[in-house]
Amino acid sequence: MSGEMQPVGQEAQGLFGVSGSGDTSGFGGLVRANPTAGELVSTPEPLGGYFDEVLAAVRETHGPEVTRAVVLDRGELTIYIAPDRTAEVCRTMRDDESLRFELCNSVSGVDYPDQTNRLHVVYHLTSMTYRRRVRLETAVSLDSPVVASVTEVYPTADWQEREVYDMFGVRFDGHPHLTRILMPDDWEGHPQRKDYPLGGIPVEYKGAHIPPPNERRAYR
Amino acid sequence: MTTTDNAHDIFADEDAYAAERETTEGKVYTVTGGDWDELVAAVDPVNDERLIVNLGPQHPSTHGVLRLVCELEGETVRSLRPVVGYLHTGIEKNLEYRTWTQGCTFVTRADYLAPIFNETGYCLAVEKLLGVTVPERADVIRVIMMELNRISSHLVALATTGMELGALSMMIYGFRDREKVLDIFEAVSGLRMNMAYVRPGGVAQDLPAEAVTMIREFLDYMPKGLDDYEGLLTGNPIWQERTQGVGYLDVSGCLALGVTGPVLRSAGLGWDLRKTEPYCGYEDYDFDVPTHTGADAWARYLLRLEEIRESLKIIKQGLAKLEPGPVMVEDKKIAWPAQLALGADGMGNSLNHIRHIMSQSMEALIHHFKLVTEGFRVPAGQVYTAIEAPRGELGIHAVSDGGTRPFRIHMREPSFVNLQAIPAVSEGGLLADVIAGGASLDPVMGGCDR
Repeated sequence: MSGEMQPVGQEAQGLFGVSGSGDTSGFGGLVRANPTAGELVSTPEPLGGYFDEVLAAVRETHGPEVTRAVVLDRGELTIYIAPDRTAEVCRTMRDDESLRFELCNSVSGVDYPDQTNRLHVVYHLTSMTYRRRVRLETAVSLDSPVVASVTEVYPTADWQEREVYDMFGVRFDGHPHLTRILMPDDWEGHPQRKDYPLGGIPVEYKGAHIPPPNERRAYR
Repeated sequence: MTTTDNAHDIFADEDAYAAERETTEGKVYTVTGGDWDELVAAVDPVNDERLIVNLGPQHPSTHGVLRLVCELEGETVRSLRPVVGYLHTGIEKNLEYRTWTQGCTFVTRADYLAPIFNETGYCLAVEKLLGVTVPERADVIRVIMMELNRISSHLVALATTGMELGALSMMIYGFRDREKVLDIFEAVSGLRMNMAYVRPGGVAQDLPAEAVTMIREFLDYMPKGLDDYEGLLTGNPIWQERTQGVGYLDVSGCLALGVTGPVLRSAGLGWDLRKTEPYCGYEDYDFDVPTHTGADAWARYLLRLEEIRESLKIIKQGLAKLEPGPVMVEDKKIAWPAQLALGADGMGNSLNHIRHIMSQSMEALIHHFKLVTEGFRVPAGQVYTAIEAPRGELGIHAVSDGGTRPFRIHMREPSFVNLQAIPAVSEGGLLADVIAGGASLDPVMGGCDR
């Protein structure tokens, strides 16, 4: 757990979700750093283990600027790449003899609402040959949420990219049929974005009203 | 959709219909000349007509609320489109509004046939973010519970496959024996399914002595059950005909489509995360990873039976490894404060704990309150943990922003990924084999749709 790679950016205020009310606890005056808001800070290289080999092989094919940032955290390597280069990098990851990442385990999205490029797409790759794992991550903004689809390289990404599109609204360039998969076809909005409300209805029990989960007082 | 146009072409120069004339008895047709075979070939509903058949989502043979849109040419499936999402419950979104500990109660409901795996995968991710290691006894209990769960899940796979192929006895046997596993779960956790038994930092409570007895009885019982299934199905010519050569998917197909678990191993690649990337101390257990080369529904059936036998071996070793000790991390800032115990009225907070916080220690009460309402903070970062669930790799991508709630949890569900292979195993085969091939993938829609 190397502490210095975690970005420190914007700050959050308060605790308990209290704002604007007569807060007598004093927790409303607390100021906390928001670690997901700022720019990424790469882990200094060399990283050790197989990580340097993987990085060298990727950079040899695509040039040194392909890795925008490289973070080693908790023994897991994350390579940040540009959204239009995911497909070509994945092809190298799969086909290069020194890489051989045959399996694309997972494609998932993360929404960091405080960042300009707030929609992240995360690919988890496994090399069965070398027993290695690596994570590729890319980020796009709401204005142009386009990522190159990796379905040509990893057909398994088909449904998973559809899920990311469905839940986050990231469009995958080159995907054969990018439609919603979990939500109904006529659904509006992308539910996993942070500004999409959880929803729910208040519940009354023996005269007491319990608000829906996203409106309850909460520790932040 | 019919081919009347072709019929007209063939008989364009003559009247395609029999001549008719009015008589005092009514209309009389005179059939003369014409080749019957030609007529039939021209109007061939079997070979020319393409039918779109919708199967599910409410269909007893689609293994849950799965919808399959099949394009048929006669009995042959020309294309197949699976439609999922009918059981989407927003588990991943809901997790972002609860504490890390409460997350267990949500993830356990995803793949409802493998709740312990969901919980363990999730807890391993949280523990990796926290940087804690659980006590050895907790690891052993997790392994025992996971392997029991693997058996119960495989039993349902065998039972439902049997049912869908008409072997109803297998369904009854499978569910009957799964009941014994669920009884053990109830004795251990108080619940038969969706137990939220595995918690970040360990397990909710210790294994009761009676549960160990029940597990030992189950270990004695289960091999006989397996012999029964084999006696019922393995030599059965109908079962062989329905499964052999059906649902073929080779290793390269599996890897391209991301298929893992029994389906991948039935194609010959012995990729099992318990061996390749051990977790929870699996490296200390002596077991084999069975593989087959058939790559068909038959191989998957045999493989699941063998995996149950391997799981029994692991459970037996697990019981031998059980040493007295804590089942939760010692860090009181993480360990759930409520000491659960089985009382006369079921599972609940132990009376000793209630007495302690209510009448002995104000600080203990504050601590209990803070940890239960606020939860613990998890250092910022992201991790991916993968475990070998009964259907393949269950991955948890967990992101924390340093708060008391998950920033994002993504479940890489083997059912979701494996279901993509259903067109590959079905297209070009018969409609009846869609059911056999799909059942051999063993999708669970609760996990697929989350």
